[in-house]
Amino acid sequence: MWKIESTRLIAAIARVTHDIGIAEELAQDALVTALEVWPEEGIPDNPGAWLMTAAKRRAIDSLRRGRMLVQKHEEIARELEWQQQRLGDALEHSLDQVIDDDVLRLIFTACHPVLAVEGRIALTLRLIGGLTTAEIARAFLVPEKTLGQRISRAKKTLAEAHVPFETPSGDELRSRVEAVLMVVYLIFNEGYTATSGDEWMRAALAEEALRLGRMLGQLLPGESEVYALVALMELQASRSAARRGKNGEAVLLPDQDRSLWDYAQIKRGMTALEQAQSLGGGAKPYALQAAIAACHMRARTAEETDWERIVLLYDALLQINPSPIVALNRAVAVGMAQGPAAGLDALDAAATLAGDSLAGYHLFPSVRGDLLMKMGRLEEAREEIQRAIAMTKNLREQELLANRLKQLEKATRSV
Amino acid sequence: MRFMMIVIPKGYESAAPDAVPSAEAVAKMMEYNKALKKAGVLLALDGLFPPSTGARVSYTDGKPTVTDGPFAEAKEVIGGYWIIQVRSREEAIEWARRAPMSNNEVIEVRQIHEMSDFPEDVQKAAEGFEHRNVVA
Repeated sequence: MWKIESTRLIAAIARVTHDIGIAEELAQDALVTALEVWPEEGIPDNPGAWLMTAAKRRAIDSLRRGRMLVQKHEEIARELEWQQQRLGDALEHSLDQVIDDDVLRLIFTACHPVLAVEGRIALTLRLIGGLTTAEIARAFLVPEKTLGQRISRAKKTLAEAHVPFETPSGDELRSRVEAVLMVVYLIFNEGYTATSGDEWMRAALAEEALRLGRMLGQLLPGESEVYALVALMELQASRSAARRGKNGEAVLLPDQDRSLWDYAQIKRGMTALEQAQSLGGGAKPYALQAAIAACHMRARTAEETDWERIVLLYDALLQINPSPIVALNRAVAVGMAQGPAAGLDALDAAATLAGDSLAGYHLFPSVRGDLLMKMGRLEEAREEIQRAIAMTKNLREQELLANRLKQLEKATRSV
Repeated sequence: MRFMMIVIPKGYESAAPDAVPSAEAVAKMMEYNKALKKAGVLLALDGLFPPSTGARVSYTDGKPTVTDGPFAEAKEVIGGYWIIQVRSREEAIEWARRAPMSNNEVIEVRQIHEMSDFPEDVQKAAEGFEHRNVVA
């Protein structure tokens, strides 16, 4: 009940209180009332509307009693009363539309650039995801108290900065949508790629990110990157069951048992990607990343992977996002498409691009070692892999690299 | 976690092969589907033709026998399903409570198996199994 209604409830109240912290309290109060009243009087036909009415009544009460630190109390109270009347009206449809807009405002506010990134994540999970503080703390491996402080600090920052409760328009919309998508993707990655923490909670985080993405798709139907991000997340998550071996060890993409991929989820991802492309957003960052993932998912075996196409997609991605990490991934693709020598050239170009910024990043020597090994330059390959092992603290990565070293030594002996 | 909400419509066991729901019922259903979509919980949905167009393959001693529908002995048949992704059994049930169903119709709410639903020790104990049997 709470999970279904809380976001809409908080959003609708926040529009009039202009304070999401107060809106959340009022919404929770309303739920407590419901839990007292419903067992006796029975669950109302429209529980959502019942809660909305109860919460707004409380908002009016506390405004009248002057409990809130907002200006123009009278005006707000009148606005609330007006809304209350509309609730009773037959304007079901337009009301639904109004609440949708409120939810969108709530999302933009929770992901506002004025907040620290960790604050945005916590607030989004709390207010839109409906997770409890304890659950979020568990997911991010921090004490509940710390997380609680993080949330109250974020609410305070929003209030102090007088962040308007609104959907940005015009030029601002693009960058604000990007900010929201970044929060969603960070939540997904926390769930999907983190190697520590509670397995159940991590899966819940990835699911929550997908749910947020699908919600945004309904609220912002014209934004291609929303669908592209959903596609990227669906395609990555579809491999979950194949990513760990029997003993919990990481299994890399080429070695995965493709029969363990979730093909229903792949289909959802492909559909979302097509939506993004049909909106004309095929060349944007999330769409390109999703298209790369789609190339992998379409291949029935690792050998069938269309590496030429992946290189082209990385070329396009590199143009709009010239990051060393993208260049590194491109080098891997070039190595697969055009042979290890071409891959090595591309990798060295990527290393030049990176300069010192990724000096300690283990994937550079690790990929270099792989390419050298394929070229038969085994001694150099061994040095690179050893360098990579020294650079990573992640035990699973070390394990993978150590295995590679073993293979390499076997190959050296047999030469 | 994922749940399947299985629709068991009254009288569907004996519905004519060309039976279709009324426009009014479809409109209500669309509104409900939209709510599921807006909440970001809807993964899939499908409606099934009546059993009179279907067939049952039953096995006796490993030998399959085919019976064409309708199936005289069936009292409850499936009319369709939704697959939703929600955070709890309660949330799934709450969604089922809101479906626009008619008198005497039933929605059965069933969780879909997922490895991540098991605690770690159970996952370890299940390791002897082939993964694909456990992961839907």
